Amino acid sequence: MTWGVAGLGVTIGSEVALSGIDLEIHPGTIVAVVGGDGAGKTTLVRVLGRLIRPTSGRVSLPARLDVGYQSSSSGSWPDLTVIENLRFVAEAHRMSSDDARKRLDELLATTGLESASDRLGSQLSGGMRQKLGVAMALVARPLLLVLDEPTTGVDPVSRSELWRLFSKAAAQGAAVVFTTTYLDEAERASHILALESGTTLVEGPPESIRDSLTGKVWRTPERPASSYRWRRGREWREWTADGSPPAAGSPVEPDITDLLTAATLARDEQLV
Amino acid sequence: MWAMIVKEFRQVRRDHRTLAMMIVMPVVLLVVFGYAASFDVSGIDTAVYGAGAEDVATILPETFEVEAVDSTGGVESAREFLRKGEVVVAIVVEESKVAAFVDGSQLFAARAASQALATAAQAVPGLEIEILFNPGLETSAVLVPGLGGLILLFVGTIITSLGVVKERQAGTLEQLAVMPLRPTDVFIGKIAPYFLVASLDLVIVLVVGTALFDVPFNGPVWILALGSLMFLFVTLGLGVLISSVSENQGQAIQLALMALLPQVLLSGLIFPLESMAAGVRWIGYVLPLTYFNLVAKGVMLRDAAFSDLLFPLALLAVLGVFTFGLAVLRFRRDLGSADDAGSTLEVAT
Repeated sequence: MTWGVAGLGVTIGSEVALSGIDLEIHPGTIVAVVGGDGAGKTTLVRVLGRLIRPTSGRVSLPARLDVGYQSSSSGSWPDLTVIENLRFVAEAHRMSSDDARKRLDELLATTGLESASDRLGSQLSGGMRQKLGVAMALVARPLLLVLDEPTTGVDPVSRSELWRLFSKAAAQGAAVVFTTTYLDEAERASHILALESGTTLVEGPPESIRDSLTGKVWRTPERPASSYRWRRGREWREWTADGSPPAAGSPVEPDITDLLTAATLARDEQLV
Repeated sequence: MWAMIVKEFRQVRRDHRTLAMMIVMPVVLLVVFGYAASFDVSGIDTAVYGAGAEDVATILPETFEVEAVDSTGGVESAREFLRKGEVVVAIVVEESKVAAFVDGSQLFAARAASQALATAAQAVPGLEIEILFNPGLETSAVLVPGLGGLILLFVGTIITSLGVVKERQAGTLEQLAVMPLRPTDVFIGKIAPYFLVASLDLVIVLVVGTALFDVPFNGPVWILALGSLMFLFVTLGLGVLISSVSENQGQAIQLALMALLPQVLLSGLIFPLESMAAGVRWIGYVLPLTYFNLVAKGVMLRDAAFSDLLFPLALLAVLGVFTFGLAVLRFRRDLGSADDAGSTLEVAT
């Protein structure tokens, strides 16, 4: 069964938060929803978490018991210990005590939170708290795992460990969807949905996004005169709509950060 | 420093609720409590019994406002009428003597009545005065039952609202909304500890109050338990309602205090309702603590029967159903989900 949204529109008050969003989330895959602040990422995952009713469109979701959800604040209770947080989720899902014990032991081992199992949520580091949030979302072996910015504010080591959790969940058959503002993270996903101002900027597997890019990306050592430029480390990138070479520069194989930045510029070009 | 002052003014200007607390509330409180703060009782509700009741009723000083005259009734009727809390003074006229019974559970009215009767005794030979239910006219005897209500109000309203707001601030209310829990489960689970703690607090206050201050407990415990239960529903409901319109714990405390203060001052706990100006007295009649106070004093001091307290108990029930019902609805809305059961959600375009 494939989950997702089709023609999704969400209007909050008089503001259109999402419009015409299509997304399919297949079991065993990881979907990254990327975009800047206010792009509509959280609104989309809140729809998938049944926290917001869509204004228009179609939403396909498994039963509530089969959706694991992590809010951007991790969703863990600061005045409960790690094990108490996990146990509460297991009890809410009416898991048998044997099944719950095995599952919680397994999750504590996978997340590396075993030694912190008696520590209060408020005493955890940012990365540990996010790992606890993901573990809580995974307790009931969900068919659909929805994670809102699970890696934001987390150090690179913890980010890598969190990715291991997503990958394991997907390998076990869950459909995983997560939001992020880190474009480099999207590269590791099997499918990307890039949002801008509540609409789809680009959508598809990373390779198809690469193929769909119109124009070309160039590497330039000096700051280009064109306004379609962005900085990458010590170098500059420039996008040309017709693919023609700039005054100075060499062609570059764009990574996902370049692709999404160029796609944003391409849309601006169309709007102009 | 100037930058700091300007920044602070900007922040205060945008915090409308705090601004209202600082400017509007003091004015409102001054006006309301100015009219409410009075211990003077000008009219004392009175009933007169016995063969010469009608004659005595006509010669009583104006302070005694005669509500009932019964020429066939005697001492028992008078005591029963006082037990019901219908009047403050019951005068029984018998062949050789006149007896005046005063309801000591209505402290300030009873004190005024005692003074007026003592003056009258000089002109009426054989006038005997007996103060019932609180013979020593002890302040603690009328305050402790009401304090029990105040504790319930404190725990039920302030602590509950803080507990629910804390959940919202931590972002865990959202977590509860996505978990496979019914809103009713969450609601009951959330308030159950406060319910138990408040009940325990009430028992402690009443036990300590009766043990330390010799406050009598004359009536059946079950009536007070029933009244407390209904009052608790009001206070817990109020707490949840406050939390549903508060974004943080500071706002919740502000609102809870706004709900608490009028109940302390206008419920008859401190100032007698009958002493308040009519313009503010009506506020007291819509406050739940007013009716809890009537039930608690009725049970503990006067040994009032269930039928005697039917009116305050019924009002507490109505207020409880209304407040608690509204709180459940608000809470359900906060935890509202887009789709409770289905696997596919179809929405009209």
